[in-house]
Amino acid sequence: MKTNRRDFLKFTAAAGGAAMVPFAWATSAHAQALDTMVVASGQTINSLDLHRTGTNRASYQVAINCYDRLVGFGSKQLPTGEMSYDYNTIVPELAESWTISDDGLVLTFTLKEDAKFSDGSPVTAADVKWSFDRAVSVGGFPSVQMRAGGFNRPDQFEALDDRTFVLTLDFPSKLSLPNLAVPVPFIINSKVAMENATDDDPWAMEYLHTTTAGSGAYIVTRWDQGQQLVYERNDAWTGGPVPAIRRVIMREVPSAATRRALIERGDVQVSFNIPDRDASELAGTVDVFSTPIENCIHCACLNSNFEPFQDPDVRKAVAYAIPYEAIFQSAAYGRGAPMWGGSQEITDTAWPRPFPYSTNMDLAREHLEKSSFANGFDVTMSISLGLASWMEPTALLMQESLGQLGITTEIERIPGANWRTVALVDKTLDLHLENFGGWLNTPDYYFFWAYQRERLFNSSNYDNEEVHTLTDQILHLPMDDPEWAPVMKRLMEIVIEDIPRIPLYQPALNVAVNGASGYEFWFHRQLDPRRMTGV
Amino acid sequence: MDGRARAVGLRLLQTIPVIVGVVVISFILTRALPGDPAVYFAGAMADAESIEQVRQDLGLDKPLVTQFAVYVGDLLRGDLGQAVSTGQPVLTDLATRLPASLELTICALMLSCLIAIPLGVLAAVRQGSWVDHLCRVIVTAGVSLPTFFTGILLVYVFYYLLGWAPSPLGRLDFIYLDPPRVTGFHLIDSLLAGDTETFWAAARQLTLPTITLALFTLAPIARMTRAAMLQALSSDYIRMARAAGLSRRKVLFGYGLRNALLPVVTTLGMVFSFVLGAIVLVEKVFAWPGIGSYAVEALIASDYAAVQGFVLTMALLFVTLNLVIDLSYALIDPRIGFGAK
Repeated sequence: MKTNRRDFLKFTAAAGGAAMVPFAWATSAHAQALDTMVVASGQTINSLDLHRTGTNRASYQVAINCYDRLVGFGSKQLPTGEMSYDYNTIVPELAESWTISDDGLVLTFTLKEDAKFSDGSPVTAADVKWSFDRAVSVGGFPSVQMRAGGFNRPDQFEALDDRTFVLTLDFPSKLSLPNLAVPVPFIINSKVAMENATDDDPWAMEYLHTTTAGSGAYIVTRWDQGQQLVYERNDAWTGGPVPAIRRVIMREVPSAATRRALIERGDVQVSFNIPDRDASELAGTVDVFSTPIENCIHCACLNSNFEPFQDPDVRKAVAYAIPYEAIFQSAAYGRGAPMWGGSQEITDTAWPRPFPYSTNMDLAREHLEKSSFANGFDVTMSISLGLASWMEPTALLMQESLGQLGITTEIERIPGANWRTVALVDKTLDLHLENFGGWLNTPDYYFFWAYQRERLFNSSNYDNEEVHTLTDQILHLPMDDPEWAPVMKRLMEIVIEDIPRIPLYQPALNVAVNGASGYEFWFHRQLDPRRMTGV
Repeated sequence: MDGRARAVGLRLLQTIPVIVGVVVISFILTRALPGDPAVYFAGAMADAESIEQVRQDLGLDKPLVTQFAVYVGDLLRGDLGQAVSTGQPVLTDLATRLPASLELTICALMLSCLIAIPLGVLAAVRQGSWVDHLCRVIVTAGVSLPTFFTGILLVYVFYYLLGWAPSPLGRLDFIYLDPPRVTGFHLIDSLLAGDTETFWAAARQLTLPTITLALFTLAPIARMTRAAMLQALSSDYIRMARAAGLSRRKVLFGYGLRNALLPVVTTLGMVFSFVLGAIVLVEKVFAWPGIGSYAVEALIASDYAAVQGFVLTMALLFVTLNLVIDLSYALIDPRIGFGAK
């Protein structure tokens, strides 16, 4: 049996060891007290229950703040000095400790003895089992995310006694433990939920939609849909150090200009997810955090169903013709990380990584002349109206540049509701822009979604037998397995050579803070006020 | 009086085919929208299987005729369905958001009338004077400045620079609680509850968006008042009244304005309807939880129930509005009877 301590150390060692204090955030609490923090955000919260059909991204924060998971992620300092969650450090949340069997198939968790739900009843293994059963049974996004960690069926979960929960896997996977720390497998008070369940609604979807029943750091005391959500601290929280801020008010402010005025005046302490432009202009007046979003890349995608794009030289011609720097400056205002001009040789498995392409019109022409479309061709470039802030300038710059090669592009703007259908489900767009970001921060997880045959985010219809098999081969292997790194490098080589998706840049999550501190970036792109304090 | 009641009843009967038409058309139009709500609401990571599950959850796997039957059946029970994008029943959404928009629209129209009608009258009476030019300038400016621009400008000056206005954070600052809900209008509800502090807080929040919208609606009302007033003042009965030596006041307001009001009321009805369209941008700037932004969000997400509910509510609202305007014609001008076809 491996102990969790050893496992924890292994994780730490794998990530380099430095700045990996698991409770780093807890030591920085010499701050002036901030009793109530007001946060302005442009997104609306449409449910308190992440498992419900149609729950949007902004609502995930309720699962984070009001519920606990068995485990959570630690903190680390990024090279830029900003704080971020740490994918490689798994810390206890509801579970006090855990063991993993030698074959990696059985995970046994011991729950904290004093963990209580907000109604005062103890958290038991039966609650964990019920919550996990719910996540894999309700279908839709939660079930898909559970499957990523190898959690498919209720019979994989077992409550041995009140404090012991056993999770049995079909195959060992490096993704299982981290996938327990994402927002989806949150632990619900099953007694309260079952009291409010009906025959038509066995998982109490209606009740939990408007009420929280968790053991998390905060409790929702007020929710005015379309206006605000008010969190009150749970003083009996055992999942981590009790938060410094007693009350957090999330206000919905749709207009970016209004949000900007509010944060500059200091009437709100945090303006969450602000446009790149505001971030670049506000830097200096208030604290602006622009963290490149892990495992997320903005790409130009070339659909293999479109005849010219079947020619590798055409794809390379396009990749060399893209005005990367101009796009990065005008679409992202320089926020994020460049994804072009990388070295030809792959010596590490860093991801996202700059591809070895950069703007070179001579090379582009050379490649196009070698292809069977030397005189250029006409193509439709599709963008989503919902993401027009970065897609529109990008598309216009690409249009101009490709025009120099004789590739005539017509820009088609697709409404947000239709975008997912045509781009990702039907995959019918010839040339289009796309951004996928994986929650689980491993390169092979990105490949699974974006490069494997017929996967949702493989909007280029990319089909390479070797990529497909190699991704399957290493997806669940630990990253320190000797087999993993060589295969991963090989995968990167193939997609760099085949270039079905041309990386443009890694986007940033921009957050402006005025009068608070302790902001931390999280992969789920929601604010985690649990570790924040006053100035 | 009996004839009037019968006429109103007849009017109401005439609205039934309109409503039926709106129900059918809004159903067909929402289905004709590009976009697949099942894909949209299945979330970021959905695969084909989960999209199918969502489609079943939303009842979108059934044939269109069945979906329509279910919709009409629910409608007859007073159930407008569930809005997926907000996660609430459409009826609840509309009941909270419609009063917010109406309160803002009505305040803006009242302010607008208070300024535009005297301005229009003065401009007509003193044609070519500085008042007339001022009227022209205000009208041109009001109509040519888009509402989101005026809104942001007002926020910038009165909130950001001067700090006079409260934070543009919706209907009430978060230190206040919503007054007990009676009409849904914060101004009225807070007075009913005897809570003057909340009343003033709500009024303060209303000020900037009201001014923004009022500036936008000034133009048509002032123009129409001026034109109608000019026409009225040049007509025979005014010359007659003047010749008869009636006081200037009596001539202007008793005969001139009263006759000029008819087209103004018609314009008001039209302005009211396009304000509800233009209000979206104002709502966005002031984080106003109104019906305009709700409809736009629902449309972007292809949220069928919400869009249908919105269209139906608007149809009912306009039917009522037209009825009220028709009735007010008769009050203003007794020559317009209900017997007349």
